[in-house]
Amino acid sequence: MFNYIIKRIGIAIPTLLILIVVTFYLMHAAPGGPFTSERPLPAQVLANIEAKYGLDQPVWRQMINYSWGVVTEFDFGPSYKYHDRTVNEIIAQGFPITLKYGFWSFIVAIGVGIPLGAIAAIRKNTWIDYFAVGVSIGAQVLPNFVMAPLLIIVFTLWLGWLPGGGWHGGDWEYLVMPVIALSTSYMASIARITRSSMLEVLNANYIRTARAKGLPTKTIFFRHVFKPSLLPVISYLGPAFVGLITGSVVIDMIFSTGGMGYFFVNAAFNRDYAVMMGITILVGSLTILFSLIADLLYAWVDPKIRY
Amino acid sequence: MIVANKNKIKDMAENLSDSGPGRSLWKDARMRFMQNKAATLSLFVLLVIVAFSFIGSHFAVWSYERIDWNAVGSAAKVGMPSIETGHYFGTDDLGRDIYSRVIQGTQISLMVGILGATVAVVVGTLYGATSGYLGGRTDQIMMRIVDILMSIPYMFVLILLLVVFGRSIIMLFVGIGLLSWLDMSRIVRGQTLNLKNKEFIEAAQAIGVSDYKIIMRHIVPNLLGIVAVYATLLVPGIILAESFISFLGLGVQEPLTSWGALIKEGSNTIMYDTEWQLLFPLAFFVVSLFCFYFIGDGLRDALDPKGR
Repeated sequence: MFNYIIKRIGIAIPTLLILIVVTFYLMHAAPGGPFTSERPLPAQVLANIEAKYGLDQPVWRQMINYSWGVVTEFDFGPSYKYHDRTVNEIIAQGFPITLKYGFWSFIVAIGVGIPLGAIAAIRKNTWIDYFAVGVSIGAQVLPNFVMAPLLIIVFTLWLGWLPGGGWHGGDWEYLVMPVIALSTSYMASIARITRSSMLEVLNANYIRTARAKGLPTKTIFFRHVFKPSLLPVISYLGPAFVGLITGSVVIDMIFSTGGMGYFFVNAAFNRDYAVMMGITILVGSLTILFSLIADLLYAWVDPKIRY
Repeated sequence: MIVANKNKIKDMAENLSDSGPGRSLWKDARMRFMQNKAATLSLFVLLVIVAFSFIGSHFAVWSYERIDWNAVGSAAKVGMPSIETGHYFGTDDLGRDIYSRVIQGTQISLMVGILGATVAVVVGTLYGATSGYLGGRTDQIMMRIVDILMSIPYMFVLILLLVVFGRSIIMLFVGIGLLSWLDMSRIVRGQTLNLKNKEFIEAAQAIGVSDYKIIMRHIVPNLLGIVAVYATLLVPGIILAESFISFLGLGVQEPLTSWGALIKEGSNTIMYDTEWQLLFPLAFFVVSLFCFYFIGDGLRDALDPKGR
């Protein structure tokens, strides 16, 4: 196990470094600097600004400074667009919001998806199974950017139950639609994965043995079926987490929740490279961390993995 | 003794051949696919949609470039779907015909999906087959690269690419293509590891066939089944990615359009009683994706040897 952890972390660190280097060079490959505008600035002003942001130094020097700041102090530098704010401040404003509805979406996706898939597998070829399969396929073709406007049409325009957007400190009524829109497709995937892996386990020989020796169904299910059939679900948690974070871009745009996705898209349109880079690296490190945790969890549950 | 039984053997041979010609893998698969009603129906519906995207424009009264000046700014009042005005699906707030735009969007989205999937399949198959067949250290390194690429939040990097290098369909292709072959290569590698120890590969090695030829002639053709299944599941995935990017306004740019861009425009105006601007493109999007998933599932059931 220890070797496995070391090996796994050994992959995570270069990944993170590659991510930082690639995003940094991408930014510098972009045509035009952050301060090129329609009216060219006087040369002296431009030189002063560049000196302030350290842009007069050679690229490799800038990169080392930047990476050093990121790795040691979590300092992503100043925003190029909002001159009085740093990227850290922008992230500090948007990230908790994203985290809050992302967390709830995660809970809903797991809490609904696993039981739905399990019931569908146990009651295979009954109406519950067809219902679950139908829901999971339906949810797959209704991605969050489709779900969100549909939810607004139904719950805000027709029924008038929920506000169509805003955040207000994360009151539950502002939280319901973002969470539904964000979690549906992951819930569906989790249900599908749970169903198929559970069906496979239920057909395994050792389950027949357990039945043959007369164990009660409940014991068989919780002791022998549940754990092994959750393995594929665990390995899906990493991608699901990435998807939830990515989905926040859409959620913030449609529901005006003001999370990190809002700042990311804004930065994309304003060419505020520092903010884009900061958010990409933050999301990237979270992703890497999360897939690391998912892998370790997997190895802990399934000893066969620790080769 | 042997000669005496000749007639009997002949009889037996004839009896054997009475059971009809042998069924090949593909024929077998086709039969099983046809028995799957949902998949067959989906294939039919999808073909209708594809046909519509090519011939539908002949029935259009308004081209996608022409603006109906009556409807500009008052789409909610005069731009609703109707046969008389020639706007079968209504107009948007700029007076453009949704029918023609949906046809155009369908063409572009399907094209992106199919071309993107083709790129991903070719790259992923070759990469995975090479990695799996060569094995050892090469395999280790090649798969570590895939691991690393997989743990990068690709949607963010794709947006970054589009912003840095400008928004164009080419960049969209490159970005989506670069990122969607990863799953494919893993699946193919797993299958290759299974195939690699089969006798026919050993036989090929024994008579001195080169690695390259073994991969191209013996490994890849045997992977086609599983590749076909994942390719049909990849197309909707890529269409989703493209629509996501276009929805953000970073993908396909005006005057071109795609499902994602149309859905975005429609959802921006839902507050003004112009549901058709959202619902028509949405219907095409949802129905097509449904079809792709059903066809993929049908193919998987048909080609899966376990199901026999």
